Amino acid sequence: MRIIFTTVFGLLLSASLLTGQELKVYDTFDEFEEVLKKDDGKIHVVNFWATWCAPCVKEIPFFEELGAKYDNVEVTLVSIDFKNTIDRRVKPFLAKKNFASQVVLLGDPKPNDWIDRVDPSWSGAIPATYVYRGDTAQFYEQEFHSLAELEAIIHPFIKSK
Amino acid sequence: MKSLFTAVFMCLMGLAIANNPTSGGYQVGDVATDFSLKNIDGKFVSLSDFKDAKGYIVVFTCNTCPYAVMYEDRIKALHDKYADQGYPVIAINPNDPEVKEGDSWDAMKVRAKEKGFDFPYLFDAGQMVFPQYGATKTPHVYVLDSDKVVKYIGAIDDNPQDATAVGDKYVEAAVESLKMGKSPDPSLTKAIGCSIKVKA
Repeated sequence: MRIIFTTVFGLLLSASLLTGQELKVYDTFDEFEEVLKKDDGKIHVVNFWATWCAPCVKEIPFFEELGAKYDNVEVTLVSIDFKNTIDRRVKPFLAKKNFASQVVLLGDPKPNDWIDRVDPSWSGAIPATYVYRGDTAQFYEQEFHSLAELEAIIHPFIKSK
Repeated sequence: MKSLFTAVFMCLMGLAIANNPTSGGYQVGDVATDFSLKNIDGKFVSLSDFKDAKGYIVVFTCNTCPYAVMYEDRIKALHDKYADQGYPVIAINPNDPEVKEGDSWDAMKVRAKEKGFDFPYLFDAGQMVFPQYGATKTPHVYVLDSDKVVKYIGAIDDNPQDATAVGDKYVEAAVESLKMGKSPDPSLTKAIGCSIKVKA
């Protein structure tokens, strides 16, 4: 009995280690909005991506580098994968990539109601990135191709301190 | 010196355009210019080919974007419902197949056959048309009236993931408004989609 218990416990433990961090899932944009409103003095870089979006996946390493390089920059990767693909797609993907950045999933199924609440200039195409510090924010509907490009967009926020 | 100035100016312009995808492109009320694009059967199609059209449902879509794929059956259903009423679907693939291999003209032919597309599925060779419209993603819909005036821009409906859980059918509502001689409300909606694939 104890062996079975230990085995099961061990399996669960290794499973949780393999999947890395817990994926926080927001069912509504109202709940998610806290990600865009952290007033802690840090520069927040919020990247909207999905496992199916090839250019998004390609640029994530630069966001990882950015978060690793700057202590006062917090990167959040917001997956907009569908909720019914979390177990079969998103979690295995995250387990494989083992990102250091925080990953959350925005599962609000009505994008027309929330895209403008991120930024009115956003057409809804991804990748897209929202950078903010306190009340100052900037939105980018584009791909990034290097760490240097990301450093360029956070630069004004560093100076503004 | 002048050429340097021009070069710098062009760079800045390029940056401005790249950083602001909403600049350029049609707003509701603009008149869309016609195009001539190659269909999957090799023939070129223009809006003006539809002599009796009361309007047009122009859909920028592609083979490879999961959102576009989720909407394939709904795009076909729109055509099946409205083509006979004078509002045909005209689908355009805006992606550069050198960036996204699965969106080549040959791949379009295969996909259209698999899905039984009975509407034009055109290839935006050279990517000249989608920037005129201001399309940024797939799928991205423009409903035009008979004078090619843009009457609606945006999503097909409010639930990409689940066709059975759709609340608002935006494009259908827009076409129904046109049929009654009214302006669609909403005339602008937003949806998540795949960015249109262009060379970096």
